[in-house]
Amino acid sequence: MPLIELSAIERTFLLGDSTVHALARIDLSIAQGEYVAILGPSGSGKSTMLNLLGLLDRPNAGVYRLEGRDVTTLSPDEQAQVRSQRIGFVFQSFHLVPRLTAAENIALPMMLAGIPAAERARRVGKALREFGLENRSDHRPDQLSGGQRQRVAIARATVMQPALLLADEPTGNLDRSTGDDVIALLETLNANGVTLIVVTHDVTVGARAHRQLRMEDGRLIGDERRDRADHRRVTSADLRK
Amino acid sequence: MRGPDVIRFARDAASGNPLRTALSLLAMAIGVAAVVVLTALGDGARRYVVAQFSTLGSNLVIVLPGRSATGGFSPANAVTRTPRDLTIDDAAALLRSPHVARVAPLTAGSSEINVGGKLREVIVAGTTASYLQVRNFHMAQGSFLPEGEWTRSTPVAVIGGSVYRELFGSGTAVGEYVRLGGRRVRVIGVLAATGTGMGMNTDELVLVPVALAQQMFDSNTLFRVLVQAQSRNAIESAKRHAAETIKARHGGEEDVTVITQDAVLATFDRLLGALTAGVAGIAAISLAVAGILVMNVMLVAVAQRTGEIGLLKALGARAATIRQAFLVEAALLSLAGAALGYLLGQTGAWLIRALYPAFPAYAPAWAVIAALATSLGTGLLFGWMPAQRAAAMDPVQALMKH
Repeated sequence: MPLIELSAIERTFLLGDSTVHALARIDLSIAQGEYVAILGPSGSGKSTMLNLLGLLDRPNAGVYRLEGRDVTTLSPDEQAQVRSQRIGFVFQSFHLVPRLTAAENIALPMMLAGIPAAERARRVGKALREFGLENRSDHRPDQLSGGQRQRVAIARATVMQPALLLADEPTGNLDRSTGDDVIALLETLNANGVTLIVVTHDVTVGARAHRQLRMEDGRLIGDERRDRADHRRVTSADLRK
Repeated sequence: MRGPDVIRFARDAASGNPLRTALSLLAMAIGVAAVVVLTALGDGARRYVVAQFSTLGSNLVIVLPGRSATGGFSPANAVTRTPRDLTIDDAAALLRSPHVARVAPLTAGSSEINVGGKLREVIVAGTTASYLQVRNFHMAQGSFLPEGEWTRSTPVAVIGGSVYRELFGSGTAVGEYVRLGGRRVRVIGVLAATGTGMGMNTDELVLVPVALAQQMFDSNTLFRVLVQAQSRNAIESAKRHAAETIKARHGGEEDVTVITQDAVLATFDRLLGALTAGVAGIAAISLAVAGILVMNVMLVAVAQRTGEIGLLKALGARAATIRQAFLVEAALLSLAGAALGYLLGQTGAWLIRALYPAFPAYAPAWAVIAALATSLGTGLLFGWMPAQRAAAMDPVQALMKH
């Protein structure tokens, strides 16, 4: 069973009196544990795609199955529940809450999910160690460097142990070497089993993924796989199902 | 989201913008403080008046010459002329009622008192021995007017505290002779200080036997007859009996007004109670204004934190969770403002009491509770719309506003 299965997904926006097809009849299947880059110029629909995959947006037509479950028909609260438990987001501009410390930002999804404080503290402590942020736990976002901020954001995205990690231009606000570190961190998470989808217009970032989806004018125009046996847990046979 | 987490989150969000939070706290505080101080003033006035009437004595029925058209208490009672005088005999007749404990006739006029070259104007009240108990007075020195002398004009006087101090300093007064309106009278007692009662400062009074006062002022009529009923329950019977007795004695004509202290008190109580409620209502307007300010602040907060709302949604917050967080924030603002206002208001009332010790400026409990409840209520009411707006935001749009 693929993790993600899109069939005939349409997403249109009304701009004045003209209809814009942000996504036009998208069929796509992504398996558990894949590392996928969505590439395309701005306006190609890749952000809409990511919002849709993250259940932040709804398609006008088509079916989206996540872990075999049709999530397009869920109520907003049910979708929130799926986001809480199964999906992590990493944003270009980090989206940290400025008044909260690094530790509090990481704990935010667990707080929203109603996890007890003691369990939160334990998991935050573990995340801080894993992401090399032990000395920054009491720092607010404005006291952190760009790379540290993105690491806090990634720690927050993964603290609920999601199946799917969606990263929207994760290196867009970072210099090259910090960006590389962040990508390496995301790849480590992927190697540990999280399905990673990165939206980018940076070709070098995109080239590192095992699978590149190219988009243009709301359509999928390319789907290339780069076999790297050392990185693959999922076989090609799985993907063809 | 757990309860303590919601509260902590809302608190941190509110303190994240200290100036805005402080201003809305201040607005709410001023509203609550206004209610507390104004009702303290209104209720203080009520207590003050009630206390003043209580110094008249207890279980009192007052007979006034003249018929009042309404039967209520009005200044007209004091000036209405009566065809028949209210006499000492009328007063004595009232004693025969089984409901009556004591009767004190009262006649009054102003005169000059003169001792050792010191001269001053005083109010001279003619009455009898029972006046002491009826008015609940106490003696500082000597004794009160002699018992049983309703018609004898014994030349004796009892003087009030201020009169004593001004004429005798701290020397002996009892046994001394003074000239009162051209007559030589002997001082037999000094009243203990009581303060004012019904506009008549008893410390400034000179009391003489009623017959002597009538001779001095060349009049047979009485200014008042104070009747003390046997008990609280006997007040109405004593009142009815007094009215009937005087009517019978005055050839069937109802030419006196009989009022009870309770009725007067109740009127003032109602009047000033209504005044307090009215003032509280005006002050409550400022609470509504504060509520609107809280709404404004929360709307700005929602607009400023749009990106954060989008993030919370992306992290799996349900609409209800976001609504709750913003509502709790509004409630916290209101509650903290109300608490601050309560302290401010009570401090203000305390200041008033410190400056005017005679004025019992205590805010009534109902007003305090109503003010606190209203502030929380308006906070939640006006917080609902911004919270709803936050909860209903589209996550994609909200995230783009970062």
